[in-house]
Amino acid sequence: MNINLTLIGQTITFAVFVWFCMKFVWPPIMNALEERKTRIADGLAAAEEGKRAKADAEARAEEVLGEARGRAAEIIAGAETRGAEIVEAAKTEARTEGERLIQSAQAEVAQQTNRAREKLRAEVAALAATGAAQILRREVDAGVHEEMLGELAGRL
Amino acid sequence: MLHRRFAVLHFAATARRITPPISCIIQNKPTQPKPMAAAAPTPSEYIKHHLQNLTFGRHADGSWGIAHGAAEAREMGFMAVHLDTLFWSALLGVVFLLVFRRVAVRASAEAPGGLQNFIEWVVDFINDNVRGSFTGKNDLVAPLALTLFVWILLMNMMDLVPVDWLPHLAAVMGIEYMKVVPTTDPNATFAMALGVFFLVIFYSIKVKGIGGFVGELTMQPFEAKNVMLKAALLPVNLFLEGIGLLAKPVSLSLRLFGNLFAGEMIFILIALLYSGGWVLGIFGGALQWAWAVFHILIVLLQAFIFMTLTIVYLEMAHQKH
Repeated sequence: MNINLTLIGQTITFAVFVWFCMKFVWPPIMNALEERKTRIADGLAAAEEGKRAKADAEARAEEVLGEARGRAAEIIAGAETRGAEIVEAAKTEARTEGERLIQSAQAEVAQQTNRAREKLRAEVAALAATGAAQILRREVDAGVHEEMLGELAGRL
Repeated sequence: MLHRRFAVLHFAATARRITPPISCIIQNKPTQPKPMAAAAPTPSEYIKHHLQNLTFGRHADGSWGIAHGAAEAREMGFMAVHLDTLFWSALLGVVFLLVFRRVAVRASAEAPGGLQNFIEWVVDFINDNVRGSFTGKNDLVAPLALTLFVWILLMNMMDLVPVDWLPHLAAVMGIEYMKVVPTTDPNATFAMALGVFFLVIFYSIKVKGIGGFVGELTMQPFEAKNVMLKAALLPVNLFLEGIGLLAKPVSLSLRLFGNLFAGEMIFILIALLYSGGWVLGIFGGALQWAWAVFHILIVLLQAFIFMTLTIVYLEMAHQKH
């Protein structure tokens, strides 16, 4: 337990260790710690900023959504009006078409009636000629009197 | 400790002999001749051997070499060095600095890994302590506190290594003495305290000027307006303040030395039990474990106290009145 030169040696060792620690150990570790501290603070600030931005975006989205809803309602109303119009137009057209069909059918009927009347006339002529031939018997030659009979039938 | 195993074998026999008189223990005289086992140390020899540093210095006859025994070491006087203290303290200091430097080189603001995390925790702890008690601006104080804390802690922790392991290993290698806890050597504790003392004086003068520093030593605690009275109070003030100033390094170093020396002494005494048969041996094992657990507290506490007081002393040195 003697105090001797060891004291000097230990003092020098101590001084060298402190110097080394001060130069090469403490500053880099402290810098890293400080940098991390700043980075964390920045990160927290950014998170706060992000939260605010999100709230802003949500409000904006709500606004846009409301606008869109209004527009959609407008469009639906317009479509309904337009649909009603289309239905009305279709109805009118159908009515016109129906009337046209009725008219053409009536014309057809009239045509058929005429044609039947023509035919009837011809048949009546033939019938009259037949009747006359039976009445007159031989006296009437179909070949000779055909012209006259035709004329008769034409008068019917 | 060449004779550790012999001690185990022979202490039982030795212990049963008459306990050596105190005077014999103090003078390190063999209590009785030991014809058959010259290698078997008495308890007092065992303890003395454990308390002897590996001393290199100039022998009485002028030659240089290792001291064999306490008497030779004492004769060497101031011109001697404790090789074991120098070696272990330097080794532990280098380990501390290399580990911390390794982390410092790779330190980044990214998420830290295991070792970096631990080192940063230590650095942060020191930094908080320095910020808490040191208000001045000085880039030296925090690294100084870190060095003191970790270095002293490592040196103290050598106390937790069972007392015979490293000395026995040294004995196997042919080294006669090996004291592995540098803080049980007052040279080591005084060296650190002297370093701190030097810094206290340096910063006192730097911050307050020579006049301020001298004034601090001579004009208080007893103050007077009258010049004559001032002069009359000067010696009293100088005496009181001088003691206060000198008490700082002395108390710093002696507190650390005393605690660790006492702790080691108890480990040595417990180790003596191992040579008392297996019942005492088991008891000694339990005791050693319990004391080691308790000693962890002392080891930490003493390192912390040394560091904190250093910070406080430097803070006082930086304060202007």
